[in-house]
Amino acid sequence: MIENTAIAEFGNTSIDPSSVKGWAVDADPDNDPTYPIKDRNNGEHAGYSWKRPEQQDVDVEVLHSNERPNVSAAFGTTLPPSGLSGMIRRKAFNYSEDTYSHWLPLIVADRVDMVAGVFQDLARGHIPNIFSEMGMKAEWKYNRKALVTKVAIGAVLAGIAVAYLRRDKD
Amino acid sequence: MLAMNYRGPRRVRIDNKPEPEILHPEDAVVRVTRACICGSDLHLYNGSVPDTRVGSTFGHEVTGIVEEVGPEVTKIKAGDQILVPFNIACGKCVFCQQELYGNCHESNPEATAVGGIFGYSHTAGGYDGGQAEYVRVPYANVGPMVIPDGIDHDTAVLLTDVVPTGYQAAEMGGIQKGDTVVVFGAGPIGIMAARCAWLFGAGRVIVIDHLEYRLDFARDYAPCEAYSYKELDDVVVFLKKTTDWMGADVCIDAVGAEATGHPMQTLLGKKLHAVGGAATALHWAINSVKKGGIVSIVGVYGPIDALVPIGNVVNKGLTIRGNQASVKRLLPRLIEHVQNGVIDPKPLITHRIPLEEVADAYRMFSAKLDDCIKPVLIPPAAWN
Repeated sequence: MIENTAIAEFGNTSIDPSSVKGWAVDADPDNDPTYPIKDRNNGEHAGYSWKRPEQQDVDVEVLHSNERPNVSAAFGTTLPPSGLSGMIRRKAFNYSEDTYSHWLPLIVADRVDMVAGVFQDLARGHIPNIFSEMGMKAEWKYNRKALVTKVAIGAVLAGIAVAYLRRDKD
Repeated sequence: MLAMNYRGPRRVRIDNKPEPEILHPEDAVVRVTRACICGSDLHLYNGSVPDTRVGSTFGHEVTGIVEEVGPEVTKIKAGDQILVPFNIACGKCVFCQQELYGNCHESNPEATAVGGIFGYSHTAGGYDGGQAEYVRVPYANVGPMVIPDGIDHDTAVLLTDVVPTGYQAAEMGGIQKGDTVVVFGAGPIGIMAARCAWLFGAGRVIVIDHLEYRLDFARDYAPCEAYSYKELDDVVVFLKKTTDWMGADVCIDAVGAEATGHPMQTLLGKKLHAVGGAATALHWAINSVKKGGIVSIVGVYGPIDALVPIGNVVNKGLTIRGNQASVKRLLPRLIEHVQNGVIDPKPLITHRIPLEEVADAYRMFSAKLDDCIKPVLIPPAAWN
């Protein structure tokens, strides 16, 4: 029930709460903020005791965290580790999620993957359209002035750099 | 099929990829009708989430029509129009049994700290997402729900993440009647968190951001007070002053790793990726909440350390709560709210964009062009 005394009671507000549709319909004085929101059953105390879902066939390489004993019953099969980035990822999974030795190599692998992706495109005869992939059409349509300014500043800075380098050579 | 294809930081394109198949008896294959771009997709787009492999398809906010189901799927059938929660949850593990559907232990082999999420890197299970014409939906008896009568796909797709995450942000705040609630971030989640704070009895709701068009939207939609931190000398002092120098009862971080507003956080968290994101909003939340107050976190951060004033958490006696939203747990109540007109999420959608223009859609959302709040990608067959 909406209380009409809300604004007088709470004060210091420019909006009368009672005017907001649905005000306090889910108010819960028992929502104890020191306890996670869950329907507690202490199932964790019994460890891996649940009847597991059927295991998906592991027919691609799946790297799994060393903080768990197995591959989860379902998982994504996209993009198994491959190439140099795959080698880095395999090394990373020797370390736990608690360590930089796990996460930082994964970020490095992502960047290696990015470079490899360009070569893979070229090998397939596809020249990646970087400007299109970066959504420059949207930038041109909605932010043309800023885009032109950025390009102009970049051109001026590049020109200054080239002139400076040429002067050194002379 | 057409699918979004990640090529590296801030580079995506539309490509042809093989259609997904049934790989597990509880799988379904779904023809996508709507797929949003989420603020948390920008962490992937910017290359901030480790193990985001080139060739990935993003997208965890999806509605669609069931094309095919595995032999053990009984809850949905071919032809059903469904909404797909962003969490992939088995329904059997101890965490799902306790309705922690965002923390399932049988959907992500690669990391224990997070359950499976559609299209959210191999750190979240290595599943392709729904920014495509078709998507594989594991554990189809658990997560997906037939879209109730009277709810269209635009509204339904917002029930897969935006509405439940915003609602749970408020719920985790343990808001009591009359509480002052401050929400950092006026993106779709922050706006929805502000809206939902009222449902729990907030007496005052304040949103902090720096984008005027989003602040204007929040003021009108939530409704709430909304301020640009760029217009404030010191956002923490402002919030203390406006709460009679006490601090807010509840602060909600609805920003996460891509926050602006603090040069050092931006340098270390966004430029160098040396920490798990720019924790500016969380920093402000901890310092703006009252002693003994509650900080609720739904903003997404990377798995490595973030820079937060943990000493102040101890000295102020704060409670910090955070989680990925447990969408399945919340859906019945939220659908009730939508059907009763208490929550109307559809106005959040500002842009409906053909799937083929995914690169421009990401750029628009990332750079906040054309007053974009929430873009939805629509595959060719779903335009009508």
